[in-house]
Amino acid sequence: MTHSLDRTEISLLIGLPVLIGLGFILPEWIVNYIQVSLGTGLVALGVMIQMRAGLVSFGQGLYFCIGGYAAGLAGKFAGISDLFVLLALGILASVSISFILGFLLRRYREIFYAMLSLAVSMILFGLLSSIEELGSTDGFNLPAATYLGWAPQDETAKHALYVATCIPTILCAFLLNRYLRSPMGYIGEAIRENELRVEYLGTSAHRAVHIKYVLAAAVSGIGGVLWALALGHVDPEMTNWTTSGQFVFVAILSGTGNIVAPLFGTFILEIVRVYAVELSPNTWQMILGTVMLLTIIFLPKGLWSLIKKSKSASKKGQKRSEIIAGGE
Amino acid sequence: MKTLLETVKLERLFGAVTAASDINVRIDAGEVLGVIGSNGAGKTTFVNMVTGYLRPTSGQILYRGKDITGQPTRDITRLGICRSFQIPQLFLELSALDNMLIALTVAKQKKPVLWRPAISPSLTDEAMVHLARFRIDQYADQEVATLPQGIRKLIDIAMATVSDPDLLFLDEPTSGVSADEKMHFMEVLINALKATKTAVLFIEHDMEIVEAFSPRVIAFYEGTILADGPTNEVLDNTKVREFVIGSEFHRKADEAEKPSREKGEK
Repeated sequence: MTHSLDRTEISLLIGLPVLIGLGFILPEWIVNYIQVSLGTGLVALGVMIQMRAGLVSFGQGLYFCIGGYAAGLAGKFAGISDLFVLLALGILASVSISFILGFLLRRYREIFYAMLSLAVSMILFGLLSSIEELGSTDGFNLPAATYLGWAPQDETAKHALYVATCIPTILCAFLLNRYLRSPMGYIGEAIRENELRVEYLGTSAHRAVHIKYVLAAAVSGIGGVLWALALGHVDPEMTNWTTSGQFVFVAILSGTGNIVAPLFGTFILEIVRVYAVELSPNTWQMILGTVMLLTIIFLPKGLWSLIKKSKSASKKGQKRSEIIAGGE
Repeated sequence: MKTLLETVKLERLFGAVTAASDINVRIDAGEVLGVIGSNGAGKTTFVNMVTGYLRPTSGQILYRGKDITGQPTRDITRLGICRSFQIPQLFLELSALDNMLIALTVAKQKKPVLWRPAISPSLTDEAMVHLARFRIDQYADQEVATLPQGIRKLIDIAMATVSDPDLLFLDEPTSGVSADEKMHFMEVLINALKATKTAVLFIEHDMEIVEAFSPRVIAFYEGTILADGPTNEVLDNTKVREFVIGSEFHRKADEAEKPSREKGEK
């Protein structure tokens, strides 16, 4: 076993205490946005790792919702408010459901994968919207989180939940980065490029997609639990296609170049939205749409390519000239 | 010599079309063998069946005496039967080195590995050795989509041989390689493969190359085997000359050869 850390992993390890520290320094409204975008950022991460294999999940809200509702139901009916138990339940629910659905979804690619994932998420939306015991489309509230019997109040509770959101998020990002660097992660890239070759190299593309799907569901479930606790509320909107669409939006906006890109992307989207709503309360979607359009036209590989470009520009220029000089 | 692969009465139908019928082939360990035949003669269908991409309609495929008929491609690859493609099947957006690294990673991974980094300096070195075997290591850092067809062909073959297979199928390795580079291309290829114990079956339209590199030839015609034997016998066979090579083909190197070669390729 090698334990070598790459640059992203080191940045994540350094970033964690910085992120936690910021929670105590920055004004409360920004901290709130950071906290909420860490929750949804995890779902965007789930979308992003699937995009690495060329698969666009248009229904990732499904596991976001399953995570949130798993926590919510445990709170509502079993009176559980312990964050660790809720997280475990969220992971358990999303992993077991995705494991079963994975047998179906792993057989599909491209638009069929997108549509099928969308369809499944909308089934849950329909179900939850029609169950009156769960508040139908209004959803229901969650109790405040406790931590192994410790039940902080007011300011302390806010900080505690913020810290408890940062740690699992960074941990997930760290593990997913590991995954993308692992053989299974590379097989994902290979599936995007040429599935026939993957089979001829001696491994199952279906199994690789299945594993990816379950991993994406697990992080989305965690995101759902954390997001639900941050807001203290869940509703079926979590699995509506507009929510899922936002995750895809973020993944495209930020690009699939790096695991931290979707986390930043989600935060940027939140901030853009805040200002867009402030600027033009009735047509703020137009501003978001314009941002999306400009990103696709000028940065087809997302915002992350800005960072990557400046880093590799000098290196690549050198190589190009060598090739030209050396060729023929 | 030990028999590596044996097919018994292999047959494949596509609806009413018979793509292959009564295919009985034996391949010995370590031998080099050429396959000729016009387009649609069933050469690639044969390779597709043996490598598990197509399930034969009937018949048996025995590998080292064991029945492997109908097994999925990935399992057959693990058993040591690999192939390259007429149109290279590569990861186009990635560099040549990355292509090799993925091939090596998959070959070394027996169970799914999720948390251990795939790429290490030693694996990169290994990938470079494989590229160097086919003299394409200078292209390692280039994106495959930007490379010429001949180089892609070699990358395709290099990827098929990372696991050191016992049996390798090369589906038209020289197609897409310019006529004057073909001989040199095959030399690099066969020399690299001769250094291993791999048995090689290659599909080829250029009779000169078949003569130069394979001691044994199988001629396919309309889904059946027309002739199978030592190269000069098969190429002299009247039926083969009539249906596969074209009657004007002259085996002896002389001036009349040039125009007929084009015909032989078709």
